[in-house]
Amino acid sequence: MSEIIDHAPGAATEKPTPKAAPAKISGPPATILLLAATFLAGNGLLYFIGLWRPFWWLALLGDFVLIVMAAEQVGRSVPPARRKLYERTLAFGFPLLALVAWQLIVDAGILNPLWFPQPTRIAKALWEVTVNYDRFSETSLIGRPWLIPARFQAEGWAGVWSLFAESHVWATLGRVAVGFVIGAIPGILLGVVMGINRTVRLMLDTTLSAIYVLPKIAIFPIVMLMFADPFGEGPKIAVVALSVFFLMAINTMAGVRDIDPVFLMAGRNYGARGVSLLRHVIIPAAMPVIFAGLRLALGTALIVIISVEFLRAKQGVGFMTFYYWEVLNPEKMYAGLVVVMMLGVLLTYGLQALQRRLMPWER
Amino acid sequence: MADHGVGISRPKPAPKIETRNVCKIYDTVSGPTTVVDDFSLDVADGEFVCIVGPSGCGKSTYLRMLAGLDTHSSGSIYIRPGDDPTKPLNSVVFQEYAVFPWKTVIENVAFGLQMRGVGKAERLQVADHWLERVGLRKFAHYYPSEISGGMKQRVSIIRALANDPEVLLMDEPLGALDAQTRIVLQAELLRIWQETRKTVVFITHSLDEAILLGDRVVLMAAHPGRLLASFPIDIARPRTVETMNTPQFAELRGAIWSQLSREVTRAMEMQA
Ligand SMILES: Nc1ncnc2c1ncn2[C@@H]1O[C@H](COP(=O)(O)OP(=O)(O)OP(=O)(O)O)[C@@H](O)[C@H]1O
Ligand SMILES: [Mg+2]
Repeated sequence: MSEIIDHAPGAATEKPTPKAAPAKISGPPATILLLAATFLAGNGLLYFIGLWRPFWWLALLGDFVLIVMAAEQVGRSVPPARRKLYERTLAFGFPLLALVAWQLIVDAGILNPLWFPQPTRIAKALWEVTVNYDRFSETSLIGRPWLIPARFQAEGWAGVWSLFAESHVWATLGRVAVGFVIGAIPGILLGVVMGINRTVRLMLDTTLSAIYVLPKIAIFPIVMLMFADPFGEGPKIAVVALSVFFLMAINTMAGVRDIDPVFLMAGRNYGARGVSLLRHVIIPAAMPVIFAGLRLALGTALIVIISVEFLRAKQGVGFMTFYYWEVLNPEKMYAGLVVVMMLGVLLTYGLQALQRRLMPWER
Repeated sequence: MADHGVGISRPKPAPKIETRNVCKIYDTVSGPTTVVDDFSLDVADGEFVCIVGPSGCGKSTYLRMLAGLDTHSSGSIYIRPGDDPTKPLNSVVFQEYAVFPWKTVIENVAFGLQMRGVGKAERLQVADHWLERVGLRKFAHYYPSEISGGMKQRVSIIRALANDPEVLLMDEPLGALDAQTRIVLQAELLRIWQETRKTVVFITHSLDEAILLGDRVVLMAAHPGRLLASFPIDIARPRTVETMNTPQFAELRGAIWSQLSREVTRAMEMQA
């Protein structure tokens, strides 16, 4: 807190007139001090009269409001140069604070650690599933990459591959990536055709919309039957691909239909026809909507693959999560959920990087 | 050609653009609406024709039909090809700019050439030349979202000029600009046209602009869009923006304005 007071904007800009500075500084920080005092006094009072425990969620709600008010006060006096730092502190600091609150509440015995294991224990569980090999299911989380040199020496590439093959993360990532590509590319192509051609659109639109709303997990049993090895990778990848395909077809169609006709006219007037019109006008014009669709499709792909792994898999992050639920090891189950979230964030970053490369005109 | 005999008028060269009795009927929910009705207009090779008329009278529709971007319901439209068959017949400067946001300024200017299969080095050189001419060279590798509206419209104009078409079709190219930028671009257009002498059909809302730029000003009537009158502008060239201050200019403007204002009032009453 004291640092914030020292760096209030008045202090820097008003140095030549020291007399004016104190008056200016006392503005926002005084409010912050008041808010901090309210925070301490409020929580302390509730604790001593024994109301904090039964009404912990109300107390936390009040604390949240106080923190928001304090952060807004700080935000008002942040100099532009520090703006970025301030925003990052909010974005990462608040979740951290929430984790600390979770930890304290479970430590105090207010919430049952069996259902809400403390973040530190989840972190420990995550570390354990990362470094250890599970002999029973013959798997590990990320495939123990530190063993790669030794295995390579002993067994060559086959040894390295066996490490990859035992990994939950690589299994899930592989299914999502392959299914995503197999689904997205034809989906985008069909969407473009439906966007351009009225006849195809009229013929397929209703059917696509109907299949689109069908939960893909519901057709998983049928998809399994279509493959020679119903328990292999085929059906899992196929069901991811299917869900991505329908979403991308519908989204791309909307994107193509929404293109400002003046761009199509300009393209045609300057000689673009067929493929060149597609390449120079239609695809780039629909690109923002296509990427919005890919973003959604990524979320759907993760949902589908995790549920499929819950149902029928001997490997994968979804399998791991469900497995530790079955053996009632909540810390490791939560660790599985954390891995799913990290995969989601990672893949979204990847998609954003691709978007920046393919759409340089939107900064 | 000249010595065909005394008394016989010199045979006119074939017009570059021939529009005969063109109609455009849109099928709307409230039945068919005639937007352009029996419109005939010939434009000579190298002539600069300006079309003015009340908003919604069908100017853009006519231009799109000329460009082959829209069909006409009846009548005939013909643009005479030039000696060089590889040259495009027409290039349009659109009312809404239509500069591609996903291409850089120089890629936009070179777009027509690229579509005609001109090699990369050559088309970039041509585009660079035009950018230089309108003072946009510094912005060659900017994206349209990074430049001002006036610059975008200049890009849209030189995209058409770099394509070197037989006829240039411009739909209110300066309509969305502020008054100062507009005057600067009018001067630029005058200068460029005096050097290239292209056949131009130019739509504008500004009568001053039409008289300043055109060899002829064509008035259109609204609901349905018809040809109302055609005024030759015999002000000597080269003209500059100062030409607008001459008595000859004021006289022409007075004569055309009396007809135009009547038509605009009528169109407004019909819409009410
Ligand atoms: N696709 C369409 N279907 C039905 N009516 C249309 C269509 N396109 C244009 N119109 C009508 O045709 C008329 C002429 O439109 P147009 O855009 O050619 O006018 P304009 O003279 O260019 O007007 P402005 O000066 O405002 O640009 C308008 O009344 C418009 O409502
Ligand atoms: Mg128009």
